[in-house]
Amino acid sequence: MDAYVRVRGLTKTFAVRRGLAQVMRGEHPVVHAVRSVDFDIAPGETVGLLGESGCGKTTTGRLLLKLLEPSAGSIAIGGRELAGLAGTELMAFRRDAQFVFQNPFDALNPRLSIANSLSEPLVNAGIPKAEHLDRMKVVLERVRIRGTDLLERYPHEMSGGQLQRIVLARALVLEPRFVVADEPVSMLDVSVRAGILNLMRELQDTLGLTAIYISHDLALVRYVARRTMVMYLGSLVEDGPTEDVIREPLHPYTRALIAAVPQPRVDQSRAPLPLRPGTADARKVGAGCAFVNRCPVAIAACTAERPPLIDLPGGRRVACHLVQAPRAAVAAEPVLS
Amino acid sequence: MTLLSVRNLAVDYATKGGTLHAVSRGTLEVGAGEVVGLVGESGCGKTTLARALTGVVPRNATFKGGEVVFEGKDLLAGPPAAWKDLLWRRISFVPQSSMNALDPVYRVGTQMEEVLRLRGGLGREAARNRTAELFGLVGLDAKRSVEYPHQFSGGMRQRAAIAMALALEPSLVIADEPVTALDVIVQRQVLDTLRDLQSRLGVSVLLVTHDISVVAYVCDRVVVMYAGEVVESGKVGDVLAAPRHPYTMGLTNAFPDLERAGGTLAPIMGAPPDLRSPPTGCRFAERCPFAVARCRSESPPLTVAADGHASACWRSDEAAALAETARDPATWTPTSASAA
Repeated sequence: MDAYVRVRGLTKTFAVRRGLAQVMRGEHPVVHAVRSVDFDIAPGETVGLLGESGCGKTTTGRLLLKLLEPSAGSIAIGGRELAGLAGTELMAFRRDAQFVFQNPFDALNPRLSIANSLSEPLVNAGIPKAEHLDRMKVVLERVRIRGTDLLERYPHEMSGGQLQRIVLARALVLEPRFVVADEPVSMLDVSVRAGILNLMRELQDTLGLTAIYISHDLALVRYVARRTMVMYLGSLVEDGPTEDVIREPLHPYTRALIAAVPQPRVDQSRAPLPLRPGTADARKVGAGCAFVNRCPVAIAACTAERPPLIDLPGGRRVACHLVQAPRAAVAAEPVLS
Repeated sequence: MTLLSVRNLAVDYATKGGTLHAVSRGTLEVGAGEVVGLVGESGCGKTTLARALTGVVPRNATFKGGEVVFEGKDLLAGPPAAWKDLLWRRISFVPQSSMNALDPVYRVGTQMEEVLRLRGGLGREAARNRTAELFGLVGLDAKRSVEYPHQFSGGMRQRAAIAMALALEPSLVIADEPVTALDVIVQRQVLDTLRDLQSRLGVSVLLVTHDISVVAYVCDRVVVMYAGEVVESGKVGDVLAAPRHPYTMGLTNAFPDLERAGGTLAPIMGAPPDLRSPPTGCRFAERCPFAVARCRSESPPLTVAADGHASACWRSDEAAALAETARDPATWTPTSASAA
């Protein structure tokens, strides 16, 4: 089947504030938020995009919805090439692709009633006013909000869990085919989180949505996504079925990340993390692997050359010099300096 | 030995909408050299309770009763000045966001020296040396003490806040969500540092968090709060493995963990009560799948069992059976909740 989302060489750089010396030398330093990322997502597939703050996961999400323009590379969604999309084609894309925001307390205009918040996208999409109420009813039912009395209320009158349902409803009211959810439960209390997560799982199945679920929390990603991509400082370092990635992480960064997650039980491992002391700084990534300064198993090649993301059996991919492709002949001769 | 013993502490806030009873049963103990976790959801009063223990409360807050016995003295009964005098020296506080702990316009080292000189009475030179020592203690490079907070990463700022809390060798450190804003790896490293320092220095820690996994990782005992009341407390292993309050039971299967494969999560339906007019009876009854008539009319007291495991539930005798039922997600769906 053709991929619904096709991303090739996606790169986004942001300009960094220059120091005097750099201005004098005419330099324009940049930081790579996203660095030559390739992936496909099949129609109806939900993929978790996992990483720490500053790894480029949110930037990737924004690029996919054309809320940001890439510095290089291409994105095609549902057969539409995003670059140069304009006019009615852009409008159609905006209907098909929606963003679910992180903080439900900020995502809704406090001065609009819920009805107005929900109808805004309908107005923007040119849906006739007569259809609005019916569409809102359908979508409220989808997010398990009973009755329509909530429509007259304002965000401050509602709980976090209800608000996140409304944020979800707002994203779904135009019946999109593609959704990017950025940490949709991180602001919610534990007791209501599960409700939203269950709802997201259900909606993926019933609506056949293609979705990207952005999170720093592996346990949450596992709950909603069968496939996980791990990002580190702008690069995709690992990709594969979530269960396999958790059971047998291939990239040293993924291993450290999984080892760091505390478990809700007492007899857990307090073994030191498999990490060398060092910090993740996107501005200090050199020619080699972005993780080299913290990697406990780095070899000379890791500083010299960025490892490519190689395909492995079982739908897995990893970018690490220490993991060999099944047939070694595939790899080009490594050039060591 | 008990370092801190809090009994039935009550704290009210005066708000526009009336008096809000933020904490009405603050009951907990912290032993010497013990790490105690205080867990609960937003608005349950855990931060209010923890902050109140420093004696410094917001202007609209009032103590409505209870006692706070620290090192054998009831602080609430004594003069407020005596309580405030303990701050930094005997009791210190690590706030939720380390950005709040550090003044953005002063160098990190300068701020630490200020605490040492003003509260600790150290001289300039001694304060400088102690600052370098404290930086080393929490794993920061002493050379960076001349930098400003914005030059520090989140993890480094949190380390600096912990160093500052330890500066005057207090016997109790109260840490409010000290790792919540941090990434998993940094979170783990800060927790490891905290645990390591705690055991080396023998200081007691009251750790406020919403994350049960964090409690499981670093705490000896845990105190669970709901709607302003402590509803359960005990050894971490006991409370997690055999919870006695239905709220704790609900919490433990409301979020996913890495080891339990698949399965369905069960949310706790409904929302906590409005603390301006808390319900009579058990405050969790409205959301509890096991509530009986008595729960709605009479508030269950916090009862301590022989093993030190305390809970406030009329049905705590049946806790083992209820916990078993609670593991089934279907127990928490609205239909069965209303049927019970």
